[in-house]
Amino acid sequence: MAITATPKDRNRRLVNTVMTSLTASCAVFVTALLLLIIGYIAIRGFSSISFQFLTDTPKPVGEGGGIGNSILGSAIMTLLAAVIGMPVGIAAGVYLAEYGRNWYGNTVRFVADTLIGIPSIIIGIFIYTVVVLPMGRQSGLAGGIALAVIMIPIVARTTEEMIRLVPNAMREGALALGAPQWRVAWNIVLPAAASGIATGAMLAVARVTGETAPLLFTALNSRFYNYYLDQPMSSLTVQIFNYATGPFEVEHAMAWAATLILVGTILIINVLVRTVTKRRY
Amino acid sequence: MENKISVSNLNFFYGKAQALYDISLEVPEREVVAFIGPSGCGKSTFLRTLNRMNDTIPIARVDGGVMVDGENIYAPGTDVVALRRKVGMVFQKSNPFPKSIFENVAYGIKINGIHTSKTDLNDRVEKALHDAALWNEVKDRLNTSAFGLSGGQQQRLCIARALAVQPEVILMDEPASALDPIATQKIEELVVELKREYTIVIVTHNMHQASRVSDRTAFFMLGKLVEYNKTEKMFQNPDQKMTEDYITGRFG
Repeated sequence: MAITATPKDRNRRLVNTVMTSLTASCAVFVTALLLLIIGYIAIRGFSSISFQFLTDTPKPVGEGGGIGNSILGSAIMTLLAAVIGMPVGIAAGVYLAEYGRNWYGNTVRFVADTLIGIPSIIIGIFIYTVVVLPMGRQSGLAGGIALAVIMIPIVARTTEEMIRLVPNAMREGALALGAPQWRVAWNIVLPAAASGIATGAMLAVARVTGETAPLLFTALNSRFYNYYLDQPMSSLTVQIFNYATGPFEVEHAMAWAATLILVGTILIINVLVRTVTKRRY
Repeated sequence: MENKISVSNLNFFYGKAQALYDISLEVPEREVVAFIGPSGCGKSTFLRTLNRMNDTIPIARVDGGVMVDGENIYAPGTDVVALRRKVGMVFQKSNPFPKSIFENVAYGIKINGIHTSKTDLNDRVEKALHDAALWNEVKDRLNTSAFGLSGGQQQRLCIARALAVQPEVILMDEPASALDPIATQKIEELVVELKREYTIVIVTHNMHQASRVSDRTAFFMLGKLVEYNKTEKMFQNPDQKMTEDYITGRFG
């Protein structure tokens, strides 16, 4: 058998080179796009960021103003969403993975997948109907609930995936020691999947931090620092929308600056999640 | 000698496929019984019917009786959790929990609430590790991860974990099949040692292992129990031609 290259081999190598460069250039394109967006936002937004901008409330044009109350509002509503969404989502994921091999589990799984795919504005309208209308006004509570609804199916499905990765041998080992099934799920399987679940949960947090549409109907906006959950609450995303759609150049600059803060926060959450989970292994 | 386990006319099905046919045998107390046979002959399946581990498989169905200390473990009133505490199990692949060495052994004690105090818990963990001949190798690193141990040590840790809940019977499903000869020898010595206190059923692919550690041997073939006899007799003068063919390596 000859080992010198035949025309067929040369052809194969050529195809290989072409394909590799094609996929590589697509990868470069995707990365470049992301860097371009972040870079552009940074250039446009950086000059307007100051301590005053980060702490002040919106003011009439010409008097400065900032996004302090929006940062606080976003933080409160995201926290509320996490407090409601994580326990429910994680518990649902545990159920799906450990007990959900039946018609009910399949239904829940299908509904969760559908819910993940629903445009978030529809969730906003839904929460508007069931929370805002009965309460008589928009509120931070309604905003937090809307974000939680977006979060729950994401957390549930990632939790399920992570738990399924835990080897069955580990469950059997615990069952063979006389552990009831719920204890196996609670103190063997869940800790074994913990870092993966934490990753999924934090990515869900990052996702809802960037949501605008569901907050438009539910939390509305506010020009003031607001600590009360039953009052309309500002958020970074809605404030960006307001500044960006305003008629003045100063407002546009503030929209860019707020965007930079938002994107920076999401980026930091993502990086944090990666470094923390990397350290575990 | 008393019979610890007594199985009569046991049939077992995975869905519609029958995996075990009409098996009856007795396991005397404080003896080692080895199950041998080719892959897929049902010996592991049979082992798992003895502590109802097959319950975790939704399509599994059992027909017939398994008595442990004269009680039918498939009777409706049986508490599976209590059964598994009495009939412990060691698996083919060591499966330590993602916890420290200490916590691995303490887990079964804690969930069953066996210990009376913190000191008692420590004593029980130490004793279990001694009994599994692992204490001297791990006593200085009890709080490190169980995954830091070698394969053989992990398997002895799993044995210690099983011993810690004070079972009366220990089922071992090819406990040494993934281990090197030296680690295997340690496990075998341990089995012989443990016989003084426990009744042991061990599944093995290794016929020499069966002849070294067991008092009685059961030979399975295609879901049927071909022969069950004293180990000496099995290996020197078996009743069945098929047993002789298998043991002498003419097939399988």
